[in-house]
Amino acid sequence: MARKTKISLGALFSVFFRIGLQSFGGGLVSWIYREVVTARSWMSDEEFLSGLSLCQILPGVNSTNAAIFVGQRLRGAAGAAAALTGLLLGPFGAILLAGLTYKTLLGTPGFPALVEGVGAVAMGLLARLGLQASRGIRPGLAPALAAAAVFIGVGLLQWPMLAVVAAVAPLSIAAAWPRAAANA
Amino acid sequence: MRDNLYVTLILLLAPLSLASIGGATGIYAPLQHETVDVLGWVTTREFIDLFAVSRLTPGPSSMLAPLIAWKVAGLSGAVVAMLALYLPSSLLCYGVARVWEAHRGKPWHRACEAGLAPVAAGLVFAGVLALLRIAGSGPLTWLTVALVAGLLTWRPKLHPLPLLGAGALLFLAARAFWS
Repeated sequence: MARKTKISLGALFSVFFRIGLQSFGGGLVSWIYREVVTARSWMSDEEFLSGLSLCQILPGVNSTNAAIFVGQRLRGAAGAAAALTGLLLGPFGAILLAGLTYKTLLGTPGFPALVEGVGAVAMGLLARLGLQASRGIRPGLAPALAAAAVFIGVGLLQWPMLAVVAAVAPLSIAAAWPRAAANA
Repeated sequence: MRDNLYVTLILLLAPLSLASIGGATGIYAPLQHETVDVLGWVTTREFIDLFAVSRLTPGPSSMLAPLIAWKVAGLSGAVVAMLALYLPSSLLCYGVARVWEAHRGKPWHRACEAGLAPVAAGLVFAGVLALLRIAGSGPLTWLTVALVAGLLTWRPKLHPLPLLGAGALLFLAARAFWS
């Protein structure tokens, strides 16, 4: 996975700055995937997704963790700092602005509908990332079973996420082991 | 007095930073309990209002915490809240990412990559479901989610921003007609 060109810190910052300012309604992880993997090919599907699963297991906000992971992978400590500050700077300004005007915002007719609509689209973006992620994983029974088990356990049954991942991840990794060792 | 406010903010948010496993949705309940019931910084009504406002602004939804901090302690309070909320978890994530990166290319690392990718896919879907539950959503929300996911699968290069605008308009129109 050798990259031809080194990605500049400025480029990292500006990509994440734009994500921060545009990601209305949440679902930032889908934006990060779109910009980093789909649009720029800075990372492979598998590289991003395995990193994302680490980000989801670790404490903290998924999107800031993903920014750290991508920044660290591409440019080390400085990259992680650039991606994180880029991601948070815009939203921080926006939330202060919203804090100043929130009484007016809330009085605006249609505001709740606006929030609902934007939120629904953002969930659609996330669902699309889920679909893309399912296609990006290697074909085979084991990955499909692992994804389904995590979704059923965490999503449908609402079992504790850490427990479900602790049970599924080792099996999924073990299933992928022979192939990974063979490619060495 | 003012120093105490900053200390309280840090003591409130830094543990939340490290306890919020599985995304920001986990911090709302403790945040509301502490800021409304225990500290009395905002009323329940204000909390709900600020929550609604934070959902319309771009960026992570956990920005609600700096927004509340800004209300009680001004700009410097908001900055302190940002650092307390995002720095601890970010440092931990950076440490893990570094270790992860250092072992790139080894067979066990490749096995972990291949084995963890489907876990991420399952977690993303579970996250969508969790959000649908919180949003207390009707058929229109489900339809929009399916439509957006389908549209982007068909045309992956579509920019999400126009879609967000269209979604806002759709819900405005729907609510205007049905209420």
